[in-house]
Amino acid sequence: MLRDLYYTLFEFVRTFGALQLFFLRLLIHSPTVIWRRFGLVVGQVYNAGALSLVIIIICGVFVGAVLGLQGFSNLSRFNAEDSVGAVAALALVKELGPVITALLFAGRAGTALSSEIGLMKATDQLSAMEMMAVNPIRRVVVPRFLGGVVAMPLLAAIFSMVGLLGAHLVCVSLLGVDVGSFWQQMQQSVEVADINEGIVKSVVFGIAASLLAVWEGYNAIPTAEGVGRATTRTVVLTAIVVLIFDFMITAVAI
Amino acid sequence: MQQTRTVELGTGLFALLGMGALFFLSTQTTGGEDFSADKTFEITARFDNVGSLRPRAPVSMSGVTIGRVKRIEFDPSALDAVVTMDIDARYDQIPEDSDASVLTAGLLGSQYIGLQAGGSEFYLEDGSEILLTQSAIVLESLIGKFLVRGGSDEGTD
Repeated sequence: MLRDLYYTLFEFVRTFGALQLFFLRLLIHSPTVIWRRFGLVVGQVYNAGALSLVIIIICGVFVGAVLGLQGFSNLSRFNAEDSVGAVAALALVKELGPVITALLFAGRAGTALSSEIGLMKATDQLSAMEMMAVNPIRRVVVPRFLGGVVAMPLLAAIFSMVGLLGAHLVCVSLLGVDVGSFWQQMQQSVEVADINEGIVKSVVFGIAASLLAVWEGYNAIPTAEGVGRATTRTVVLTAIVVLIFDFMITAVAI
Repeated sequence: MQQTRTVELGTGLFALLGMGALFFLSTQTTGGEDFSADKTFEITARFDNVGSLRPRAPVSMSGVTIGRVKRIEFDPSALDAVVTMDIDARYDQIPEDSDASVLTAGLLGSQYIGLQAGGSEFYLEDGSEILLTQSAIVLESLIGKFLVRGGSDEGTD
């Protein structure tokens, strides 16, 4: 029993260390990949970013609309429905934008990354590359990682913007909040520091989500079951890590 | 070839949209009246109580933001709060005997410093101190005074 616990703890620390070393390896290879294989990175930005736009935009509109609706119904109790713009903007820019985008990103792009790399491993494509003296880290893993890191902050910004438009749609067009006070209250309460907090969060989440996705794929057990498990673990781990990081960054920022 | 072009086009559109969103967020949602001036001069004022005034709170005159609170310190010898403010150097003709008070924007809004013009012919300059000040109105003490009215009628300072 105690020995099992010791073993589990030992394995956890070992995996954690291996993850850090893997991250360092990715970072070391990144400059070369950006310099020599820029086309590969662009292709992955397309896969992780442009192809995730549909889900991000649709979810963004509805999250913003719900925020507007909830904010309106609660604030109207205090006759303060004019500040619904401020509430929606702060919530979207600081919290919901980066966090929900990271969760959606893990579901849409993270699973694609890990299952793709895992399947490449299962079908011995990675070993074949090594035989041809092509470094699979440099050819396959780093471009996907960088693509995710670039795409995630942009997706979060799009999510927040679209969410604001959704809130605007519900509050101004449907519920009759005044357009001027909606935006003016927002501009009074949102500061540049809030936007920066959102950007920092989305960059950190982008690194975490992409790293976990490629890590799980690269270390997947090369069977059909193993790849499936790696994909699941990607989503679960990303959700946990993103929410923990969210708490830590918010605690530091306040 | 055709496929590469599609990917490049899609990536370009995506990146442009993302940067457009960032631009939209940083320009449209943040405060337009954010005070920024190339040249400023520093003035100080002493308050018995600054309430919940914070650094970067606006300093306004006739409702126009002309500066920002730079720092708030407690002076242990005089036992009061020293507020240092940066005022836009364009406004160098504020009478020396103007008075400063800690005001609240709206009923529950954030606190700021309001300057009320005096009549002196000398103007505030770098390092001047505003002598006439009025402290923040602390809601709790106001309610307290209201409740015990008639007991001790000391009047505000």
